[in-house]
Amino acid sequence: MQKENFFKKYWLVMLTGLLVGAAAVALTAFGNPANMGFCIACFLRDIAGSLKLHGAGVVQYFRPEIVGIVAGACIMALIGKEFKPKAGSSPVIRFTLGAAVMVGALVFLGCPLRMVIRIGGGDLNAIIGLAGFVLGILIGIFFLKHNFSLGRAYKQGKVEGLAFPVMLIAGFVLTLISVSFFAVSTEGPGSMHAPILLALGIGLVVGALAQKSRLCMVGGLRDAVMFKEFGLLAGFGCILVAVLVGNAILGNLKFGFEGQPIAHTEWLWNLLGMTVVGWGCTLLGGCPLRQLILAGEGNSDSAITVLGMIAGAAAAHTLKTASSADGTGVNGPIATIVCLAVCLLVSVTHLKKEQ
Amino acid sequence: MVDARGYSCPIPVIMVQKAVKDNPDKLEVLVDNQTAVGNVTRFANNNGYDVAVKELEDDEYSLALTKR
Repeated sequence: MQKENFFKKYWLVMLTGLLVGAAAVALTAFGNPANMGFCIACFLRDIAGSLKLHGAGVVQYFRPEIVGIVAGACIMALIGKEFKPKAGSSPVIRFTLGAAVMVGALVFLGCPLRMVIRIGGGDLNAIIGLAGFVLGILIGIFFLKHNFSLGRAYKQGKVEGLAFPVMLIAGFVLTLISVSFFAVSTEGPGSMHAPILLALGIGLVVGALAQKSRLCMVGGLRDAVMFKEFGLLAGFGCILVAVLVGNAILGNLKFGFEGQPIAHTEWLWNLLGMTVVGWGCTLLGGCPLRQLILAGEGNSDSAITVLGMIAGAAAAHTLKTASSADGTGVNGPIATIVCLAVCLLVSVTHLKKEQ
Repeated sequence: MVDARGYSCPIPVIMVQKAVKDNPDKLEVLVDNQTAVGNVTRFANNNGYDVAVKELEDDEYSLALTKR
């Protein structure tokens, strides 16, 4: 009875999780970099590169998946009458946290989604990342329990809400008609990609389903710990199951620390990089995927966060804080500590007194 | 009464969680997005409250929580 209820209540988020996992495996099979079928941080970093905001030649490509996710969420929200433009909840703080989350993610080499995808490919470094991610979420929960809040948002007009989705779609159309305008990697991860229409289509479906189901990588653990709600965590688990099964079928499953695709073995920075991501995203109210979805729903605070992530990616490659398969960047460790300090500062300065 | 308008999840649920600690028989919650309606309703149902949702003007919702 209990079990039946659980599936009845959470089938959509579990289905979305399975589909995201399957999509990650499929996109890799069709050309995306290994264990990077679906990584919001990597894809935003590639978009930053394609706009020449950073000069790392190997990671420049206007990823259609991102456009699809935001557009899919936007269309689904419009259909479901959930397109509600709003803004005004500490925009500069959100921009900064978005940038910090991206810097942390690029020290580890992946957003929470890619972390699960890496675990599903047998990359044990990502288990250490997961430990850091959990630690970060628990720290974030501590502050939420002590009345942390970035403040309320206010209603905005339709145009404000549509600005970010339209901007992304326009940028994407420009890449189709004027390739020379944007940078495109000729080698490295940025040069590896699935066919454009397939990537866009999968993005659209994932965006639409994630909008309806509210799938979120930090929300899973947060809701389980704070409210004993296990729906979103089930979605998280379903992604892992789908990736594990998919990789096992395709023979891509290789357990170990060494020689994993686009990963390094410096455990301390893998751990702390993801601590920044878990902590920052808990303060922001959702993982990078969720921020894209909310931006599609017309939430300008989330759009600002995504822009912060793009800026963070540009900074990470320009200031050499991003890791590579060889290890952390020269300035990676110090940047990680700075980002932890930023999270702490934001946390302690936004505690509301009990009424 | 809990006025969680303008706040995005999980804050509305946390506000309700704190409010039901005093074990009130009735509680009114105001929110302004469907995610919050769903999350607060689920939380309330799991914690011994029935919920009646009323849609107000301007995309706002009033949730009447009643102790079972």
